[in-house]
Order: sequence, then structure tokens, then C-alpha cells
Amino acid sequence: MLNKKTATNVDTTKEAKNTPDKHQPWKELGLKLEEYDEIKTILGRRPTSAELAMYSVMWSEHCSYKSSKIYLRQFGEKVTPEMTKNLMVGMGENAGVVDIGEGWAVTFKVESHNHPSYIEPFQGAATGVGGIVRDILTMGARPIAVMDQLRFGAPENPDTRRVVDGVVAGISFYGNCLGLPNIGGETVFDKVYQGNPLVNALSVGALRHEDLKLAKASNPGDLVILFGARTGADGIGGVSVLASETFDSTGPTKRPAVQVGDPFAEKVLIECCLELYKAQVVAGIQDLGGAGLSCATSELASNGQAGMRVQLQNVLLRDDSLTPEEILMSESQERMMAIVPKKDKAAFEAIVNKWEVEYSILGEVIKEPRLYINWGDEEIVNVPPRTVAHDGPVYDRPVAEPKYQKALNKNTTKNLEKAETPEELATQLIQIVTSPNQASKNYITDQYDHYVGGNTALAMPDDAGMVRVDETSSLGIAIATDANGRYGQLDPYAGAQLALAEAYRNVATSGAVPAAVTNCLNFGSPENPEVMWQFKQATAGLADGCLELGIPVTGGNVSFYNQTGDVAIHPTPVVGVLGVIDDVARRIPSGWQDAGHNIYLLGTTEEELDGSVWSEVIHDHLGGLPPKVKLQEELKLAQALQAASVQGLLASAHDLSEGGLAQALVESTTRFNVGARVFLDELEEKNKISKTAVLFSETTARVLVTVGREDDVKFVGLCEQRGIPITRIGVTDTEPTLEIQNIASWPLATLKAASEATLPELFA
Amino acid sequence: MKIGVVTFPGTLDDRDAQRAVRLAGGTPVPLWHADTNLHDVDAVVLPGGFSYGDYLRCGAIAAQAPVMQTIIEKANQGLPVLGICNGFQVLVESHLLPGGLIRNENQHFICRDQTLRVENTSTAWTNQFQLNEEIVIPLKNGEGGYIADAETLKRLEGENLITFRYVDVNPNGSMNDIAGLRNAKGNVVGLMPHPEHAVEAGFGPDMPEAMRSGVDGLKFFTSVIHSLVNA
Repeated sequence: MLNKKTATNVDTTKEAKNTPDKHQPWKELGLKLEEYDEIKTILGRRPTSAELAMYSVMWSEHCSYKSSKIYLRQFGEKVTPEMTKNLMVGMGENAGVVDIGEGWAVTFKVESHNHPSYIEPFQGAATGVGGIVRDILTMGARPIAVMDQLRFGAPENPDTRRVVDGVVAGISFYGNCLGLPNIGGETVFDKVYQGNPLVNALSVGALRHEDLKLAKASNPGDLVILFGARTGADGIGGVSVLASETFDSTGPTKRPAVQVGDPFAEKVLIECCLELYKAQVVAGIQDLGGAGLSCATSELASNGQAGMRVQLQNVLLRDDSLTPEEILMSESQERMMAIVPKKDKAAFEAIVNKWEVEYSILGEVIKEPRLYINWGDEEIVNVPPRTVAHDGPVYDRPVAEPKYQKALNKNTTKNLEKAETPEELATQLIQIVTSPNQASKNYITDQYDHYVGGNTALAMPDDAGMVRVDETSSLGIAIATDANGRYGQLDPYAGAQLALAEAYRNVATSGAVPAAVTNCLNFGSPENPEVMWQFKQATAGLADGCLELGIPVTGGNVSFYNQTGDVAIHPTPVVGVLGVIDDVARRIPSGWQDAGHNIYLLGTTEEELDGSVWSEVIHDHLGGLPPKVKLQEELKLAQALQAASVQGLLASAHDLSEGGLAQALVESTTRFNVGARVFLDELEEKNKISKTAVLFSETTARVLVTVGREDDVKFVGLCEQRGIPITRIGVTDTEPTLEIQNIASWPLATLKAASEATLPELFA
Repeated sequence: MKIGVVTFPGTLDDRDAQRAVRLAGGTPVPLWHADTNLHDVDAVVLPGGFSYGDYLRCGAIAAQAPVMQTIIEKANQGLPVLGICNGFQVLVESHLLPGGLIRNENQHFICRDQTLRVENTSTAWTNQFQLNEEIVIPLKNGEGGYIADAETLKRLEGENLITFRYVDVNPNGSMNDIAGLRNAKGNVVGLMPHPEHAVEAGFGPDMPEAMRSGVDGLKFFTSVIHSLVNA
């Protein structure tokens, strides 16, 4: 941390020239010697302490993507013109923007807030939601929904409760108060996340094409205005210190570095910004998140190929004792920076005054591509903005396949004991569906408002969340996110593709057409070659998978250093897929609502138990290879679901994933208390697999659907025509029981109660 | 019929309430917290949200807003006013309705499809319901536990002012299962659940017939239009 200085005793550019050999805390700020030397080369002198603060935070892993950049490029390279034709803004901006037709566009992105959420779960998770929502707002969009992808340590570990309670309460507090429906997400427990939970947050927003905003300052003379909350001491150095260092139980406490959120201030800021956009008084806009003013000023200027003159003493402060360096690094939440033409100043002021939002004019845009920041009369920053924001260091770090990998892959589930008797199978089914990862998540999701806005067409526990965008036409979007760290550990290339395939399938089961991809890549330390190998494999898998499915990556986020001590988390690439649906009234529910419908399993089931929930819950085993990736089958399946949905043939559709067919049957029946009689002998014979695999295999490209009698012939014909393997496995029933012939029969009330009891027993 | 929908800073369900008014056949008129002018509206909805961040106490700051001074005055003269969730809290803080609302018994925010019994149909906002009709309306709040002193509760019960009661589940620990109240005249009604989220099939609560098909909330808005037409 920088030494406190009195406001009158600042390190100026003049001083920097006069004292070239002055010792500077570059190392403490997370810079390497080569990086510090590079800054001196760029500037032709040592940096001032303010410049050092800016470079150190902007060149941190979190802001500069210095270890991941060379791999992220392939998301922009492995594309076809067909894939990018609807992409209005691609990677690199605050969030990607996709044309969804009828003059509408959608912007969405998922981001991590992992490290702050371990230190201070409530505020960490709350400000994670706040940050991603501001990214969406910055594109000119009204945020319309949020989702959360959460990974916690072992449920029985006493510290897990602290993290779960805080994170869920933080998301509930911030998201509910913003008035954004929470439409889905993931909650996973695994001891690999014990000292490093993953708290990822996704937001999606909608805008008219003409309202698109970009974060750039290009017109000389335009005003640089900071508005929203005042700047305080929170989160100073949070980005570089929190996101780029591994937790070490012996290290100093970092509590003060976590930001504190005020959702009320953000809600007002959202409405204020939308009114500013409508009035067309901002030429460019950027939210203040990681790296605060350092990031906003340098990125706006760099993006606009211009420069900026800023008077730092004009920043409104919550705490007058802040030094210039601290002001530049502060990550106080709920702040935005607007670039406003002088002619629109009065209109801008009228709108922010109406919303009682504080603002201050910091300076103006200049033609010379240089960022000048003054503290009173003293010049404390004089840098080329591009060198801060975009031309940071890039590393091609060593990669090495983990030493354990081959042995891990050889240790398959083949020799694990499989249940044969009906009693054993029935017991295992209950063990699986009531295990913390598979049990109902109502305890968590009931704390989130999914109604606000009145446009939610699907929400958890449906496979995908769906929101109406246009009230007149019923045009809407669907989003699903997925990741499976266990698959990632067994094969990171396949793991990323499996996450993509599942999210893609989930969107397809809702009736929407998959259109675009976002991701949040959660990994261990990039300085560990084995982690870097995992990252290389996962990014290649994801890029290749997107190319094969024909949907582009529009943006995302990388979170490294997710580990406790030397133990990295499993590679956890969270993949979000956005789909478009022309009429949300056509959405396909995942639960069963009517009796007397035929139940069909689409796809082929194989003996794929490695990495499965079955292997984890029944045998505490992780080894072998994850299920095969079948992207061509996923494509065909999605197209068939799409066709069936348009013709109105499907009463329900539910994807098969973790927990296999058994899990899907329990979820589909208990959702609306509609029973079923199911017979699995044909499936066993046709696919030549064990009973265990019939129930619990996690073979991909499979969906469970129900079809009314009147649509039966048409639907079966549609599948056969398209070469989709289809097996009738039962009928839905008025009797509220799930009967799996030759195995067991359960009252639905019992199944539901058991599934819903797991999380409250652990955490309530 | 012109029905005003107030927006305080931090109000969240104002656009939803406007939609509900429209679907019921009325004309929604946005009202701004800082404006004392009600623009000749025939009725007012105070929608849900976190007005002024719910700092101090839920609804306490909103009760002091300029627009509320006019609304309180007109409500006392008979203007129909419906307070939903945060709006109910504002009505209580404005002393248009008695009692108070505290943190849910389980300390968590709760979002669920809630069954209510309509126990009073002689109000501006419930006249289209049948007496003792059970309806399903989404509930979503953190501070929905209704409390009042014994004397007030006795009066509410005795004067038949309890308009809605929770059925099956009392989600937040409300005394006497109270979900909503009316004033003596019946022009002012407040409740914690959100009728504006049960007005459009496909986006409402789950019902036995079909998911998200509940539209029981629409009758709040058709009721007020009915009462205004027949006034």
C-alpha cells in the first residue's frame, strides 16, 4: 500500500524527473521488475507515485489479461462470417452486443467476484452483482435480468455456511433492491472450492439499436464528468491485491480492500443513465469498477484515440484525507464517467439533478493522445493512455500437462461396484437426488425476486431463464449457464465443450434458438504451468466448440489465482449461452403439467459414469474421462426441438445432465406434482448398458420430453425424419407417484420433501 | 379512468403497476415523488420497491415525500389508494393504516407464490372478488411481518378491517396471518403480496391448471375502475 501523504506533498512529474533514483514500491503493488522498467522506458523517466498506482492496477492480471490474452484471441479468430453477422459489438468492450431482430439488441456478460466473496461474502457477492449490472448499463442497455453461478466448499465444512449465508444474502440484498429479476444460475458444492469459492454473476440488458453506447472519448472539448456515489477509501488496490494474490492464511488481513455496495444508489444511477441516454446527451460512457478512475480515464481516452485533461481535486470525496493515488485507485461502487458535449451540459445537469445524483466535472477531452492529471496546480500524471489501458504486458507462460493427468484418466469407474438389485438402485437414486448438488435449490432461489419487471417467462428451476424483451411482439431471450469442474479436471478441453454443450442444450429445450456465448474462466495460478495447460486446453475447447455450433463468443472474464495454498481449483469455465425466441408464449416448460402424455428420451445413452454425480455421491470417486462431446448431435437435437416447438408439439422438455435420467425424472414429476409410470427395460436392452447407466449415466445430447397424444405421431415422425434416436419410456399419470417399473415407486410428496429438505438442513 | 402510479427513488414495480392498470382498462399516470400535483388522477397506486433505499425504516422517508402530503390529504377525503409491499409500508408510516411491518420471521427475503383469502370485499380495490375467495398472488419481501398492539389487533378484527389473510403458509410471521388491511372507509387498502405480478398469463404465479398462468391480481385494478364508474 502506498504511504499516506499530505495533499500538499505530492509526487509530481517534475519531482519524478528530478529524483530518478527514488525507491518506489513497485513490487508491493504487484509489478515485476521488467514491468517497472518498461514503465520507465514508456515515460522516459520514473513514474510518479500516481502513475505507478495506475500502471500497477491496470497491468494487474485482472485488468490486463496478460496471461490469458494470447489464448482469448482465438474467440475472435475461430469464427465464420455467418457467426458474427448479428454481432454489433464483439469482445473487448464492457460487454458484447447481439442483434436479436425487430430493432432490438441484447448485451450480456458474466464476471467473477471470487476473492472478495471469500473475505467478505455479503459485500463481495453484492458488489459482484452491482459491477456486472453497470457493465451492461454502460452499453446503453436497460438491465433486464441477473443470474449467479456459485461454487462453495464442502457442505459439511463449518466455514461453508458462513460463505453461503453471506453470498446468498448479498445477492438477494443487492439484486432485489435493484429491481432485476434473478432468473437462474448454479449452486455447486465441492471441497476444491473450500478456501476459494466462486461467485460469478451474469447480467443481461436490452436496448434499441440506436441507443448503443461505447466507452470512448473522441471529441476534443467534450466534458469529462464523474457522477454517482462519492469516492471513498473502499476497495483501494482491491483489483491488484485481491484478484492477483492467492490466499495465504498467514498473510495480513485484507478486509478493508473489499468494496461496499449501495444498491439504492445504483438503482437511481440506472434510471438516471437511461434518461441521459434517451436525451442523447452523452457521447461516451464508462462505469467505474476495478481500477476505478485509473481505468475509466485511460480506457475512455485510449478507445477514443484521444487524450484527456483531468483535475483530480474536482473529485467529490467521502473522505477528505484520501491521497491522489488513493483517489485514482479507489473502487468505490455506483460511479459512472460520462463524456458530454459542452452544448449538452445544461441538459445533462438537469437530468442528474432530477435524480439527485451528485456529479463533478473533472476536465475535458483533448486531441493529443495523452492523459494529463493534475492535483491542483501540480501535474501528477502525464502518460499515453494506450500504454495504461491496452498495451500492457502480454505473457506466453509455460504450459505443462499435469503430472497426475494420465493416472487420473486411467482410474475409471469401470471397476466400481454397480447396484444390481431394485432395492440398491432405489437407495442410490434417493442418495443422489437428495445430495446437496442435486437437491432442490429453493432454499437459495426463494430469496431472489424473479417477478419484478413482469417479463419473466421462465426462471429457476427451469433449464433456462427466459425474459420477454418486447411487450408488443413478445420477442424474448433465454439464457442458461453451465460448468462442471469435475469434467474440467478430467479433461479441460472436453470440460469447456461440455459446459458449452449443456448451456446450448438448456437454451434449446426452452424453445429458443442459441445465438451467442459469454464465459467466465475460473482457474488456478497462471504461474503454475499445469494450470496454464488447463487454461490453454479449455480455451481451445471452447473456441473450437463455438465454431462447430456456429455461435460466437461475445465477451467474458478470466479469473486466475483461484486456489488455497498450492492447490488449484478444478478448471471451472462457466459458459453462458444466449438464445432468441420470437414469441415467449411458445416457451417449453421443463416440468410436467398434464397426465396421459407420452414420455420420450431423445438421444442415445451410453455407459458413461466417469466424473458423474453417481461416482461422486456413491463412491466418492473422480477419475477416467468425462462423457463424450457430441456437438453434431447437439446441433441436430436443438434444431429438432426448435421445429417441434414452433409446431407446438412439446408439452415439456428437460435436458439430461448431472444425475442423468433419474435426476430428470424426479425433477420433472415433482415440479408440478404430476406422476409418471416409467419402464426402462427397452433402454437397457437397446443401448446394451447397465441399469446403473440407464439411471445415472451422463451421456450428452439427451433430452427428456413429453408429448400429448394428439401430437404423438407427428412428433415421432419429426424425430425419425431428422435421425434423432427416440425411445418411449413411459407416460405421465394423474396418480402423484413416480413409478419406475422393476425398481421402485415413490409418492411425489416424499420425493419433493426429501429434495427440498437438504439445503435447509445444512444452512437454515 | 386515470390511475396514478407513484415513483419514489428506489421504487421497482412502478412499470409493473402501470401495466396492470393498462390491462385492467385504465390509464396509468406516472406520479413523481417530488411533485405535490396528482394531475387529476382518480386513484393512486403506491408500488413496491425500496423507496429511498428503505434507509431509516421501510417506507419512513417516503411517507415524508412531497407527493405523499397530497395523497394523505386526498385519501382522507376518499381518494382510492392501494399500497403494495413497500407501498403498504408507506401507508403504515403515513398512518393511513395502523400497525407496522418488521423483518420476516426467518430473517430472509422471501419470494413465493402465496395463497390469500379475501376477507373483505367492500373496498375500492376488492369489490370484484367473492367474500372468502382464495387467490394466488406472488409475495416478495424482506420486511413483511405485520405487527400491531393487542388493542389495535382487536379493533382490526372487530371492525372487519383485515382484508387479506395468508392461507396454508404464514410466510413472514405476521400477526393473525394478516396480509393486508383496509381503512374504515374502504378507499385505502394495503397488502404485502404483489397483485401487479398476477395480471398476465405467462408471467404470473403457478396455478394448478398451468405454470405462470395466475391472473388473480387483475381484479384489484378492475375493482377500482368499477368503484369509480359506479361512484
